[in-house]
Amino acid sequence: MTQTETYQTPDGRTIGGAVMEMKNITLRFGGVVAIKDISFDIREGEIRAIIGPNGAGKSSMLNVINGFYHPQEGDVLFHGKKRGPMKPHQIAKQGIARTFQNIALFKGMSTLDNIMTGRLTHMKSGLASQMMWWGKAQREEVENREVVEKIIDFLEIQTIRKTPVGRLPYGLQKRVELGRALAAEPKLLLLDEPMAGMNVEEKEDMSRFILDVNDEFGTTIALIEHDMGVVMDIADRVVVMDYGKKIGDGTPSEVRQDQAVIDAYLGVAHD
Amino acid sequence: MLYREAGDFKTSYAKDQQTFPILFDRWGYFIMLALAFIVGPMIINDYWLNAVVLPFLIYSIAALGLNILTGYCGQVSLGTGGFMAVGAYASYKLMTSFPDLNIAFVIILSGGVTALVGILFGLPSLRIKGFYLAVATLAAQFFLVWLFNKVPWFYNYSASGQISAPERTIFGYAISGANALPHISYLFCLTFVVILAWGARNLTRGANGRKWMAIRDMDIAAEIIGVNPLKTKLTAFAISSFYIGIAGALLFAVYLGAAEVGEAFGITKSFLVLFMIIIGGLGSIFGSFAGAAFMILMPVLLKNIFVGQMGWPTDLAAHMEFVIVGGLIMVFLILEPHGLAALWRTAKEKLRLWPFPH
Amino acid sequence: MSANFYYGIEVFLNGLMAGVMYSLVALGFVLIFKASGIFNYAQGVMALFAALCLVGFQSGQIPFAHVINATFGTEIHHFGWHMPALLAIVCTLMMMILFAFLVEKFVLKHLVNQEPIILFMATIGLAYFMEGFGDLMWGSDIKKLDVGIPQGGNLWLEENTAFLGGDDFYGFYIDNLDIWATIFAAILVTALILFSQYTKTGRALRAVADDHQAALSVGISLRVIWVIVWSIAGFVALVAGIMWGSKSGVQFSLSLIALKALPVLMLGGFTSIPGAIIGGLIIGVGEKMFEFLIGAPFLGGATENWFAYMLALLFLVFRPQGLFGEKIIERV
Repeated sequence: MTQTETYQTPDGRTIGGAVMEMKNITLRFGGVVAIKDISFDIREGEIRAIIGPNGAGKSSMLNVINGFYHPQEGDVLFHGKKRGPMKPHQIAKQGIARTFQNIALFKGMSTLDNIMTGRLTHMKSGLASQMMWWGKAQREEVENREVVEKIIDFLEIQTIRKTPVGRLPYGLQKRVELGRALAAEPKLLLLDEPMAGMNVEEKEDMSRFILDVNDEFGTTIALIEHDMGVVMDIADRVVVMDYGKKIGDGTPSEVRQDQAVIDAYLGVAHD
Repeated sequence: MLYREAGDFKTSYAKDQQTFPILFDRWGYFIMLALAFIVGPMIINDYWLNAVVLPFLIYSIAALGLNILTGYCGQVSLGTGGFMAVGAYASYKLMTSFPDLNIAFVIILSGGVTALVGILFGLPSLRIKGFYLAVATLAAQFFLVWLFNKVPWFYNYSASGQISAPERTIFGYAISGANALPHISYLFCLTFVVILAWGARNLTRGANGRKWMAIRDMDIAAEIIGVNPLKTKLTAFAISSFYIGIAGALLFAVYLGAAEVGEAFGITKSFLVLFMIIIGGLGSIFGSFAGAAFMILMPVLLKNIFVGQMGWPTDLAAHMEFVIVGGLIMVFLILEPHGLAALWRTAKEKLRLWPFPH
Repeated sequence: MSANFYYGIEVFLNGLMAGVMYSLVALGFVLIFKASGIFNYAQGVMALFAALCLVGFQSGQIPFAHVINATFGTEIHHFGWHMPALLAIVCTLMMMILFAFLVEKFVLKHLVNQEPIILFMATIGLAYFMEGFGDLMWGSDIKKLDVGIPQGGNLWLEENTAFLGGDDFYGFYIDNLDIWATIFAAILVTALILFSQYTKTGRALRAVADDHQAALSVGISLRVIWVIVWSIAGFVALVAGIMWGSKSGVQFSLSLIALKALPVLMLGGFTSIPGAIIGGLIIGVGEKMFEFLIGAPFLGGATENWFAYMLALLFLVFRPQGLFGEKIIERV
């Protein structure tokens, strides 16, 4: 498939051209090679999963995508254009949002304020206006509050709106974090193990939210997940990583039958 | 029974976002303001003004400033004394260089000068974090005090090395110099306090405050969701220094009248203001006031007890004050790390449900 | 070679000696930080307190005499005996161990799991408390401390180096006290390293420094470790207190040397013992040389007040991990 080509998913959605292309990415920390010569793309409107054993370099890959790490070799193409060296906050403004493996909420703030931080890239009023709570600043506060309230409704977390996030149980914190990422109205949403540590019901809820986000807002999603059942159910295409290398790429059913993937996951029989 | 939110329905997001969501609080606030402006000058005598009220007002501004930087943005600073000195010396130079400039502008401009200096010393905060930054701000403290001590231009080559405020008036009343009227000074400072506290509240509840708190709570996550760390930290340094500079200028021009930098703006001032916000509550506007009131009132009270009642010499009483202040800091941090503000909040929560807490 | 060159060397040597003194205080910081993650601002005041106790015991002062006199109108001052220096040092050490125990029991125990910054502020409170307490206990007048360490310039060194310069050079002037301080510091550091490497307690200390939770899970009592660490820090403070006290008298300003130890820590890192030593030497030499070459001739002097902080600040801007730290890889 070339980058402009579209394809149909089994459930009838049309997936567009590549939003994000990774070309021959290599990332090293000192002498340790975290990612070795990996290329793949993420297409518009799809749910793309990255799987692999612990320490395969999956989180590092997300960190490369949102500019937190800078690869030593290779190119990152966003909407077909090569991305120069940028700071993470600049990349966030281009429309890439993410959640974190170990929840990274702002513990001192309420649920509402946490999700409001997701709107910061959309708020532009000046200091003086904010200091007087007048004009543009006040208008922006109300407008963005409306957007955030829609997300709060969507994620069904109305009752914890004003609760400090530190007091929330783990599952709800993950949901708030998703809310914060959604509030940015991203073009590309990166989810780092959104279901880690959840029980079956919470996983079902979270899967439903992810599918709904993709369906209702048409958001492109790249996610890392360990639960193979979930990945097979919700992902359109899967990249498999092992020891920093790509060992498989394709639809869930293709990947499931790939010998290299089976070896990495189930171990190789040495005889 | 008056203290209820039931029945006080919010019909718009703007109403939900206001500072005092409970009607009783809203009225209480306006009544307090009216009392402070109208009744205050009539009933407070000169002793109380000079010993308690004026320093309370001025240090409240400094505490607000430091709380913005440390409590909201999470950057611990031990350079408050140095920044207050910048405000004081800026106001002195402005007053002596431009005798016709209104004192209110002098104070505001001094804040502006301090903000610039604050930005300069805030620059390393992008690379240096936590304790390392706290120690780095000591560089500002010691360097600035040394600078004002060693460069005669700052104190207009006076023989004593001191600076003293010339007489300035506002609406015809003397506010600095030998003939200053305490009640006018009170109203002058009070006006600054009210405006600045209102500004601080607005800044911290909106987009900017969220940026600061995001950096405070988790700087890496903040950057990844689109907060520019350098710009945010520098804004905090600038606004904080602006407030602290104004406090320094008021302290010198309106309250002290004359100052020697090492004595008036030494490292002990940095700790004094830091204690105010710890005891009052980090990340709380109310806490800044509560802490300032506490740290100003307590020595007066202790002095009354130990010197007045028990007849101790003043130096012993001063040592006792150290013991008590130090002890209280520890007790506060153990019992309530979020300070007086948290106690106040808990009391209000209880009151909202009283007398049927279940 | 001009005499000025030799004076430069003398300044350099004196800087090294001053650096040793800074290192002594910084060492106490490092010990506590490593074992408990607490940035102990009170380290300098501990040195002051130790020195005050030492003088008090030696001269037979009655504790809290001032307070008792002020309250009951009595006129008591001294017990009337003089304790030998060694016994007084042992008594002071006992005091510091008692102090470590009390700090753990009344402060640290209640602050477990608080954020580091809260703990830091608590130690600022502790510093204030101890400062006032020490003054109440022993009075705030400047006291002379003498435990028998020779003082004054080292004549031997001065006479034997005089030939280096011309007629206006009289040899290097280095205080005997500084030389002894260096010797003591060397012994102290060696002892500490041996202790932490070759004893069971030392291993436990290192385990706690590495990972609190893991240490707890293998049965190391955190509370006992904390008391031990604070006692050792108290001992280091005592050594520092003796040296500084002998040099410049026991007085309030002694607690301010703690502040000078802070830039040392910034250079050397909060967890590195060699870092504390080398950082101290760099700061000591740096500030003396800067004052000699630039401060005094061009800037009106007294640059020692801020030079150390500025040096540390600039250094960290270019190398945030400090002298010995590894490059920090941030993770999310």
